[in-house]
Amino acid sequence: MVKAQVRIQEVTYRYGSRVVLRNVTLDIPANQITVFFGPASSGKTTLLRLINRLNDDISGTSLSGHIYVGDQDIYAPGVDVPSLRRRVGMVFALPLPLPGTIRENVLYGPKLAGIRSRARLEEILYKSLSQAALWDEVKDRLDDRASALSGGQQQRLCIARSLALEPEVLLLDEPTSGLDPISTAKVEQSLLALKEHYTIIIVPHSVQQGARIADYAAFFLMGELVEHGPGVQVFQNARDRRTEDYVTGRFG
Amino acid sequence: MKKPSSQTRVARLPSRPLEFAIESLIRVLGFSAIGFVTLIFIFLLTEGLPAFLQVRPGNLFSTRWYPTFDLYGVLPLISGSALVTITAMLIAFPMGLFTAVFVREVAPNWAREVLKPLIEVLAGIPSVVLGFFGMTMLAPIVREVLGAPTGLTALTGAIILAYMSLPTIISVAEDALDAVPKSYRDASLAMGATRWQTIWRVVVPSARSGILMALMLGMGRAIGETMAVMMVTGNAARMPEGLQAILKPVRTMTATIAAEMGEVAHGSTHYHVLFGIGLILFAITFLINLAVASMMFQKRSRGGLR
Repeated sequence: MVKAQVRIQEVTYRYGSRVVLRNVTLDIPANQITVFFGPASSGKTTLLRLINRLNDDISGTSLSGHIYVGDQDIYAPGVDVPSLRRRVGMVFALPLPLPGTIRENVLYGPKLAGIRSRARLEEILYKSLSQAALWDEVKDRLDDRASALSGGQQQRLCIARSLALEPEVLLLDEPTSGLDPISTAKVEQSLLALKEHYTIIIVPHSVQQGARIADYAAFFLMGELVEHGPGVQVFQNARDRRTEDYVTGRFG
Repeated sequence: MKKPSSQTRVARLPSRPLEFAIESLIRVLGFSAIGFVTLIFIFLLTEGLPAFLQVRPGNLFSTRWYPTFDLYGVLPLISGSALVTITAMLIAFPMGLFTAVFVREVAPNWAREVLKPLIEVLAGIPSVVLGFFGMTMLAPIVREVLGAPTGLTALTGAIILAYMSLPTIISVAEDALDAVPKSYRDASLAMGATRWQTIWRVVVPSARSGILMALMLGMGRAIGETMAVMMVTGNAARMPEGLQAILKPVRTMTATIAAEMGEVAHGSTHYHVLFGIGLILFAITFLINLAVASMMFQKRSRGGLR
């Protein structure tokens, strides 16, 4: 077993009286692609957002259990949330370039993190755009508005934006749901190349996508972690009946 | 031609005359509203345009407003309006923007529920009440604190005008901030930005056009205001000169019309010039509205953002 980069221990998450996640325990291996999948409102996106503490500002919620990133208990008192979020990047379902140019988008995070050296910023710009497989397409127009890019390019820009912070973990919430098949393939390819440097957790937009890219997979159903294991096993030889039914398309 | 079946004809006939009457009524009312606006505009033109013919341009666009000596220089009035309005915006815009940011982004829910209706009540205060407040409370403060010879100054007017345009600026800017999708905030927060960094670098820039619109609408409200301004600016038709002008009395276009219209002989040159000033004022507010409309159009065609 490889080293676990993110450890989720007995996490129960409530929204009001509704239980969104029920006693989830899961180790996420480093430098692999872990797929969270399941039908709508199964809690997979919520768990993803919890790893980045993005649900902090939502009132009426309560969390019990622990989530560790590296060795840090991220819900322990006194954790610096912005610096945690720099270690755990997140890409959302809709490509959302911030107002401004391509360059400004990528360097938004690093500049906030206090990096001022022009040379260092240029290096980050090149490296993150290359890793997101976008450099060749935008290298001549880095100062154009980011909103002028196509949907697929915008989404890879969002990936580059997260990578610019050199996070330990990269979270992706249905990153290809708004994209055409060719753009989807490009994003998936760049993810496969990225796992060498990053621990990736993704909520795929279809079971097929999950099966294509998963090294490790976790199946969620109504807030419960039904089954987890190596991707091949979960997608092709599920131990739990419900997983098999979902994967083969009998429900969901 | 297809013949309607006798059945439908029987069923529809009784409602027809009523339908026709209602339709005609609506049409008449609608057209008369447009008609009145047109008539007012024509009236303004026929009464105002002679001013530009009867008074030489050299006189009209000079700096001396002494109607009794046939000196009709409107520049002091235009610059008086400009000085008061621009100063008012310098005060009201930052305040309004910060308030909108506070109400929308920072305040807890209960505070928002209290603040929003309060701001709307602010908009309903009659201007004469604000003018009264300005005369009795604000003017002495301006006189004593800033050492002006009189408390009725351009600054006093600007402060009152700022106060009057605040509700407009706040509510329009707040709507613009509200229209920024939550996902923008999430995206910024997810990259390790703090809440303030997110507000200043992402939310406010995204709402830029709406915030600009808030400024223009606030300005439109300020430049057309008459009563409060007349009560607190001192009404001296002198050219504002230098930075000191802010602490001296000025006279705005609106106040001039309101103060002098009751005393002029109908059809005299002075009378026409006052209407001419009204025309100039109308042209300025029209330009502001045009700018707002084009901004709104741009905003819509770009899908509500940026």
